[in-house]
Amino acid sequence: MSETAEGTATAADPVLLIRDVTKVYGEGEAAVRALRGVSLTVEPGDYVAIMGASGSGKSTLMNIIGCLDVPTAGTYLLGGVDVGALDEVRLARVRNRRIGFIFQSFNLIPRMSALANVELPLAYGGVRAAERRRRALAALGLVGLSDRVRHQPNELSGGQQQRVAVARALVTSPTLLLADEPTGALDSTSTKDILAIFDRLSLSGRTIVVITHEDDVAAHAKRVVRLMDGRIVDDRRQAPVDGPPPLIDDRSSTGAMSER
Amino acid sequence: MNVLEISRFAVRGLTANKMRSVLTMLGILIGVAAVILLVAVGQGSSDAIKQRIQSLGANTLTVSASFSGGFGGPAGGRGGGGGAAGPRTQARGLTLEDARAIAASGDAPSVKSVSPVVTSSSATTTYEGASHSISQVVGTYPSYFEATNKPVTSGAYFTNQDVTAVRKVVVIGKTVADELFGQVDPVGKKVNIQGAAFTVVGVLKESGSTGGQDADDIAVAPLPAVQQSLTGYGSLGSIVVQATSAEATDAAEAEITAVLNERHDITGNATADYRILNQASLQETVTEATGTFTVLLAAVAAISLLVGGIGITNIMLVTVTERTREIGIRKAIGAPRGAILGQFLIEATLLSLVGGLLGVGVAVAGSQFTIAGVQPVLVPQSIVLALGVSIAIGLFFGSYPANRAAKLRPIEALRFE
Ligand SMILES: Nc1ncnc2c1ncn2[C@@H]1O[C@H](COP(=O)(O)OP(=O)(O)OP(=O)(O)O)[C@@H](O)[C@H]1O
Ligand SMILES: [Mg+2]
Repeated sequence: MSETAEGTATAADPVLLIRDVTKVYGEGEAAVRALRGVSLTVEPGDYVAIMGASGSGKSTLMNIIGCLDVPTAGTYLLGGVDVGALDEVRLARVRNRRIGFIFQSFNLIPRMSALANVELPLAYGGVRAAERRRRALAALGLVGLSDRVRHQPNELSGGQQQRVAVARALVTSPTLLLADEPTGALDSTSTKDILAIFDRLSLSGRTIVVITHEDDVAAHAKRVVRLMDGRIVDDRRQAPVDGPPPLIDDRSSTGAMSER
Repeated sequence: MNVLEISRFAVRGLTANKMRSVLTMLGILIGVAAVILLVAVGQGSSDAIKQRIQSLGANTLTVSASFSGGFGGPAGGRGGGGGAAGPRTQARGLTLEDARAIAASGDAPSVKSVSPVVTSSSATTTYEGASHSISQVVGTYPSYFEATNKPVTSGAYFTNQDVTAVRKVVVIGKTVADELFGQVDPVGKKVNIQGAAFTVVGVLKESGSTGGQDADDIAVAPLPAVQQSLTGYGSLGSIVVQATSAEATDAAEAEITAVLNERHDITGNATADYRILNQASLQETVTEATGTFTVLLAAVAAISLLVGGIGITNIMLVTVTERTREIGIRKAIGAPRGAILGQFLIEATLLSLVGGLLGVGVAVAGSQFTIAGVQPVLVPQSIVLALGVSIAIGLFFGSYPANRAAKLRPIEALRFE
């Protein structure tokens, strides 16, 4: 199946186009308006950090972008395709091929080796076993975990688990890499590792959207979007879309990574 | 994503919690084994009873005198005792003429043979030093042997000439032969029955005891010989009629009834002074009863199978709940609904299939032993049925939790605590 199976996406289309998206949790008295009309366009190759206070709706927005949840109102185009109009089967395929999702809490499947975890999206995507193994090993190599492929999640450190999760998100070569506070549960060293990986991915042209609380993390992004009470209140560009990410020359982080 | 791949996920899911999987399988195992084994026990006992009835003689009808009123009960046991002497009724005993009338082929085409019977019980018999009380001495015609299914192992039956010539010859049962002769061959020897000397001409094949009574403690001699020396010339104890075939027994019964009603002047609503025991209908009744018995056993077993099925549902529900987060992760990385549904359905089906197969194994092994005095007879249909039902149970009871898992929205599953 081709990359454009879900519609006719062209290079000119933005990777992500959101118009007036709202999300209301619950009903009546208890209703929570988590998003109150968010519009956002992300061009291919951009590296966006979404910031905002706790409860401002960052995760809600991210889950909608990642097709894990549906908006109450508004339109959402992913690579020019209206996601709201897709059925279950197509939606599963979009999650599988277009999006790589990295969670704050890693979300690896227990009792499965790192390799098996990374292979899983390929298995659901119908990739043959040999090809699957090759790509999974390559992805694990990219995050510097070639020597840990047989380990199960409970045998890995938090930072290593998150790197496995990054490998899993990358292995299908998604058009969009989403990360909800990927470094939220990590110490500074592991955070540096992950950020270095993101920088290199951005440099190679991958589109990244990352949620973060930390200014240090946001500093790596080409663009910083601020949310407050379910609305975008600030949208600031730190580096051009087609240029390298602003802190790519941070040698210490890439160095730390290659040491392992 | 093919079925094999999904099956591997399913197997991994099952082996992740071995103890639980094994216990769930045990439920199905017991259910399936119980169904197969209990049906086999039912079948075995039914077969045994049928065989026993068959050994009494197929296609036979026994006509015996019946006295309505004071003395109920069958008169078959005591020859000559009844007769015209039946105290409070005008009932007549069965006579040789009655037997001859039934045998007259024009009136009864379904009748193959007619054997008038007189019996004398507890006849003291001696041979040289040995003495034995034969529990039943039967006086009859040679057709009796075939009608009642009593073949000889050595010697021969007595003949019609023996009957007409009133020869004192006798065919003895295995028990009598053992008691009086031990290792010696009885054929040709003279025994003394109640003071009368009889020549042994044959020994009956062992038939085993029926209903606590030793069927081999018997001696069969020509009718007039027994009447002359033991019972006297009163009425007959019974008349054993053999029908031409198993299907003809009902017709034969009707024919006998017609003949005897006429001879005994029984008209309209008057109660007959005889009764007819139909071996075939007895067998039918018994078969029906054992059939009900088997169904009852199967029902009990089916309930245990159902309980096993509920066990699977329960475990699958727990599994799905426990692994909701995992389901969320799988969906988030692009698992289609079908793959999730397939994984949990295969898990449930594997549980019931493996449990079912082991159950068949246990049942087959168990059926090699005698259970409660019955040698179980495996019924192939019950194996197919039990296995089929156990797989169906897996699919049916597994589909609810599997469906629930597959329908979850990824974010709902991921947020699940
Ligand atoms: N499933 C839910 N049901 C009801 N309300 C919810 C649900 N999820 C989030 N909310 C509410 O929606 C609002 C936005 O939540 P969200 O998780 O998007 O915040 P956030 O910006 O990610 O916060 P944090 O930085 O703490 O993760 C909050 O007020 C929250 O209480
Ligand atoms: Mg959040």
